[in-house]
Order: sequence, then C-alpha cells, then structure tokens
Amino acid sequence: MAIEVRVPTILRNYTGGQKAVTAEGGSLSEVIDNLDSNHPGIKDRLVEDGDLRRFVNVYVNDEDVRFTGGLGTDVSDGDAVVILPAVAGGM
Amino acid sequence: MVRARGAVTARFYPRCVLTIDQATYDAIVAHARRDHPDEACGVVAGPEGSDRPERFVPMLNAARSPTFYEFDPTDLLKLYREMDDLDEEPVVIYHSHTGTEAYPSRTDIKLAQEPNAHYVLVSTRDGADIEGPVEFRSFRIVEGDVTEEEVRVVPTYSASQEQ
Repeated sequence: MAIEVRVPTILRNYTGGQKAVTAEGGSLSEVIDNLDSNHPGIKDRLVEDGDLRRFVNVYVNDEDVRFTGGLGTDVSDGDAVVILPAVAGGM
Repeated sequence: MVRARGAVTARFYPRCVLTIDQATYDAIVAHARRDHPDEACGVVAGPEGSDRPERFVPMLNAARSPTFYEFDPTDLLKLYREMDDLDEEPVVIYHSHTGTEAYPSRTDIKLAQEPNAHYVLVSTRDGADIEGPVEFRSFRIVEGDVTEEEVRVVPTYSASQEQ
C-alpha cells in the first residue's frame, strides 16, 4: 500500500495532468521528498525555508497539518494526503 | 486580428467572456453588500469543463477583514470535496474590495492559484451597503498576468444558448 496524494489543478503540470498520485514516507516531509523525486520541482511549490508555504494547505486524512505537526506530521500506508492552494487575496 | 472598438474594451482578451445568470450575479452583489465593510468571498461552481457558473457558494472570510480575504482551510477542504463528488470545478472565484476599485491587487495576483477560474471582483466602495452602486468586473489571472474580460449577464443559461 502507498499514500494517495491529491494534486490541485495548478500543480498538475508536475504530475503529467494526474489528479492523484501515490507516494511513500513516514512523515509528510518524506512524502513530499518522495513526490519530488518522481515529479521534480513540486516540492519547491509546497515548501519554503524548511516549512510549508503560507498559502498552501495540506491535509492528512482530512486534518489540516498545521494543527498536527506540519511537515513532521506522521503518515502511514493507506493515508490520504490532499494539497489545496489557499483561496485568498487582499487589496 | 480583430480590433476591439473603443478604448474601454481595447484591453479585453478577444473572445474571453464570463457568462453569468442574473440570479447568481445578484447573489454575489448581495453578499458583498451584506459583508461590507469586510471583504466578502466565495465561489460559483459549475460542471467541469462547462465554463458555466451554476452553484453559488458564499464562503466565510476567515480573515474577517476590510483588506484581506481567505477561505477557512476546513471549509476549503469541504468545498473541494463537494465539487469533486459532483464533478464540478470553481468556475468563478469572487471577492469584494471595500475601499478600492474592482481590480485585482498585487496580493490578489500573487495568490491567484486557479488558472481556469474567472476571478470576479466587486467593489462596494461607493456606499454599496446603503444601496449605492456595486462595480462588477471579471478577470483571468494566470501566472501573474491579468486579463480583463467581458461580463455578459443572461436571464438564465438556457436562454443564453438559444440562437
């Protein structure tokens, strides 16, 4: 079993248009590294200075990882990771 | 290349248009009026690939601010799950400016991450909360490039398809 990662429209150019891909790892950080090895460049869109980018939301099993340890969030086989860009702006 | 007539439409992208029904248009304007002086925000979802904004979904501005808007992350996940289940996408993403014109700010441009969406901006700066006018404009925002498009308001979508 692996971890399913849902990819938003704006990042699908890294995944050949696929809406969902699989990855492996014991933490969100490892999952993103594994994702980047198969889809080079995607990590840079998610991580900045060793932390998740402010306007990218990541959920593990529907939990916002900002409340579960960020990149250190535990992930195991069969878990579902969802990436969603924030919908935000301001004048 | 066909030249647009008049300076007002000159910078519009050829054939780029947001077609929206009157009821949805009115609902966006009403939401903006109601939340003034805070920014209002939401989406209008539609069948994937249809370019037809059908399902009005007002969202809570988690920032509750007159100068910033952000969908609450939990609401955002719920919204995208719903759209996924219904084979929908966010056809329109709207928000209001409460003290400036209905044009994407630098922050709006930097944070726009739905390249297929029509970004609708409404401005409530001219007393919209007390029945003043509401400016309503639509844009494409792709990789930092902003293109204004025509807004065509139709009574209903079926009527707009009749020749």
